[in-house]
This record gives sequence, C-alpha cells and structure tokens, in this order.
Amino acid sequence: MAYPKQFRYTKEHEWVDAKGDLATIGITDYAQHELGDVVFVELPKPGAKIEAGKSFGTVESVKAVSEIYAPAAGEVLEANTALHDTPEKINTDPHGAAWLIKVRLANPADVANLMDAAAYEAYVAEKAKETSA
Amino acid sequence: MESVTTPPISELRKTPLNALHRRLGAKMVNFGGWDMPVEYPSSGGLIAEHKVVRGSVGVFDVSHMGDVRIRSGSKPGGALAAVQHISMNDAAKLAVGQAHYSAMLYPEGTFLDDVIVHRLGEDDFLLVINAGTREKDIAWVRANTKGFDCVVEELSDAYTQLAIQGPRAADVMRKVTDADLNGLKNYWFTHGTVCGLKNTLIARTGYTGEDGFEVYVPSDVASSEKVWTQVMEAGREFGIIPCGLGARNTLRLESKMALYGHEISDKINVWEAGLDRYCKMEKGDFVGRAGLERAKAAGLTRTLVGLEMIDRGIARDEYCCCSESGEVIGVVTSGSPSPTLGKNIALAYVPPAYSAIGTVVNVEIRGQKCKAQVVPTPFYKRPKKAAAPSVS
Repeated sequence: MAYPKQFRYTKEHEWVDAKGDLATIGITDYAQHELGDVVFVELPKPGAKIEAGKSFGTVESVKAVSEIYAPAAGEVLEANTALHDTPEKINTDPHGAAWLIKVRLANPADVANLMDAAAYEAYVAEKAKETSA
Repeated sequence: MESVTTPPISELRKTPLNALHRRLGAKMVNFGGWDMPVEYPSSGGLIAEHKVVRGSVGVFDVSHMGDVRIRSGSKPGGALAAVQHISMNDAAKLAVGQAHYSAMLYPEGTFLDDVIVHRLGEDDFLLVINAGTREKDIAWVRANTKGFDCVVEELSDAYTQLAIQGPRAADVMRKVTDADLNGLKNYWFTHGTVCGLKNTLIARTGYTGEDGFEVYVPSDVASSEKVWTQVMEAGREFGIIPCGLGARNTLRLESKMALYGHEISDKINVWEAGLDRYCKMEKGDFVGRAGLERAKAAGLTRTLVGLEMIDRGIARDEYCCCSESGEVIGVVTSGSPSPTLGKNIALAYVPPAYSAIGTVVNVEIRGQKCKAQVVPTPFYKRPKKAAAPSVS
C-alpha cells in the first residue's frame, strides 16, 4: 500500500494529514500489518486534549494491545466511532476510511518536523530488514 | 503504535521448519526462547487460521515441544513405577498405544508442567512436555526418577512435531499414511508410514479442541519439510492452511485447555485449576500428593472460571478482577476475543464465592471497570459426530 505524499508520519507508525490547523490522524499500513486482525479500538471523546508523544487511545488485535501516540498536540474534534463496529476497516483502509480522530492542532508548524512519505518508507524498509535478519 | 524490542534472532532456538516458515512469510515471534510463527499473513492471518481449524483443517509446527522417554532398566516395571511417581494421572491404566493428559507436580501440589503421557510399550513411556519448561522438566525428571530402575532419555531434538487439526484432519492423514486411522480413538496412537517415512508415531491428540493428529517425524530439515509439504498438498482439497501459535492459543482457550504460566504454574495447585479428573489420589503415592491432601483440607481460596465480557473491552492476561466496590478479588490468566463465538472471553481465578454461573465481576481494563459474567466452560465444544443409524 502506498504512503500518501501529503501525510506526515511518526516513528510509532501514526500518520497526520494536516490542512492549516485541522488534522486527521490514523495508523499506517505498516502498523496494521504488524498488528494483524484488528478487533477493538478505543478513542478519545470530542473535546479531549492530546499531547505530542502521549497515548490517546488503543488499537487491539486478537493477540495484543497497542497504544496510539499523538503526533502533535491539539484538541479532539471528532472520533471515528464507526470503527467501534467495524474495527477490521483498519486492516483494509488504514489511510482512508479508518482514520481515527480529527483534531485542531495547537501548533500547526509541529507537523513539519515529522517524516514525509519518502523518509517513512525508508524507515519501515529498515524495520522490515531487522525483523527478517 | 508501540514497537516491541526482541532479542537478536540468532539467540533464539529454531525448529527444523524455521526456514520454511520464513519462506511462507510467517510473522515470527519469540515464544519462550523459540523463534516461532505466530500467524501467516499468506493464510489470511490469525482469525482465518482459527476458523479453518474449526471448520476444516489446519497444520501447526509444534516442534518446540519437548519429549522425554522413560524405559525400564534391567527388570520390567521400573518405567511404570517411575512415571507413577512423577505424574498425577494413573499410568497403570494406560494400555500400550494409549495416551493421557497428566501433570508433574511440586511437593506442594502446584504445577511443574502439564504433560501428555504415551505408553509406547509395557516398559516404555513417552512424555511430551512444554517448550518453555523443557530444561527444568528434564532436570526434575532425572532427579525424581533416580531411585527407580529406569532409563531417562531426552528426545526433544530428535522429532519434528506437526499437529494436523480440524474435522477434516483424518481425511488429510489418510492420504499420507498407510496406518489404520478408523480404529484410532481420541488419545490413542499408532505407528505407520507417513509420507514414505516408516514407523512414524501418529497420535490422535491436539491442543485445539478439534479432532486431530500429532505426528512425530525425524528432525532433519529434509524429512521435516517433506512431510509438511505433502500434508499441505494432501489437504489442498480441504482448504488446509498453515496455522501459527496465535490461532493455537485462541483455539485452546475456547476449549479451556490450560497453558503453562497462565492457568497452571508453580503457584497454582490442581484443585484450583479444576484438573481433578486427571489427578488420581487413590493410585498410591506420587510427588505432590501430600501437598494436595493438605491443600484440600485447607479449602479452596480461588478457582478457575470462564468469563464473558458484558461491557465493551477485552480482558487480557494479568488484568485484575474486582468486586463492585473495587476490591481486587482475582486475576485473568488468559483473555482474548473468541473468533468462533464473536465474544470477548477470558479465564480467571476468583474466590469460590464468585464462581457461580451468572455471577457478575468487573475486569479492570486500563483503569476502567468493565463488567463480565461467569459462564459455563469450555466456551466451545466440538459438535458430536452424528451417530450411526441404529439398527432396530
């Protein structure tokens, strides 16, 4: 699956799609692949504050619980509660319909410090090498 | 998402099928020091693997399991006496060709390990033990059989162990062996030619709650890969797929089969684990018997129950169970979504007062109390085969 050029990425495998101070956040295709079948999602409510690098929710596969870390600080405007009933969408459309939250960024400039698509692709290629060594 | 750090792969132990798993693109994990496939994305992943075993047939590499052979020494009877001393079930009841579930206990009546005991001959037993406890088990077996006229031999690295599991497992096995499987009942075994390999042990055993077989083939890579490949080929018409330890865990959990380090451990005794029916107190003395008598006299303080989540949330291993007032009353030993039932299930130790079916307890999930209720176990029981039409 291609990593959209307009997104920015974290080392913890979240993506951010920012337009001005509005941003959509999700987890990457690499992340969903590492997790396996996603069966449960827990997301913050609108109005909740998220802090850069801090956990704002969890995604669970059959085997494991994974924290999701905020790529930048902001306030939650909307959570994708449709995922409560269809968590498996995270496996099939992680960069699209299975976005997790929409936020108003505290400092929109922060996002520019994250990896762009090319840097993230190189980063996960390196990860893949480590695990198959 | 959090990344998990694992020790370098070079330090992990590998089964003879390791290279094959990697060629298949399996997701590998460190399981008790072993580099093992947890799921095969090429099979469709854990849930698909789980469902194929319930509905048709799947194959698992379980070569990490350990094997100990105990034979009589100079005179007959030494092996049986030794096995009786170190395990809680009554091995005297085993016919040659029969196996049973049992356990080795510490003097307190808690678990060293659980084990499948196979009677290969009147004076010849094969004990199949867990991977993570192999070294301590072998040392303990050697130490505790010293006074008996028997020979203890570790065969763990001699076998590649494949588990072919599911309602179509017998159909697959019939295509790769000349052994008569029709008369082979659950927990019996036989020897036959499997994929051209003579005198191969075929046991009608498994850890999935389905009908199935475990075959023990020589551990060289060529033989191991040959059997795997031919089983896959034979199973193609039934939709066979490789299955990993992830599905093995959810399958055994639905069937309430204990996992060492979870439902059973050196802190948990036989009564608490509810494994009384495999413990034969009347057979005579064995290691752990006195401890179990004391434990019985002292009374049960906790018991293993099945839970089904009522609230949204998945109970996971080691999560706390608490009462309505928030007092911690117990702990989850295994918890997972159940692919067969479509519910979130768990096994947990709670005080007997909370063990009645329908009792509501709380599971603490990331600081929140989530309601669950005690349900009958096993969570899943395989449908009985339709009885042959009766002749009237």
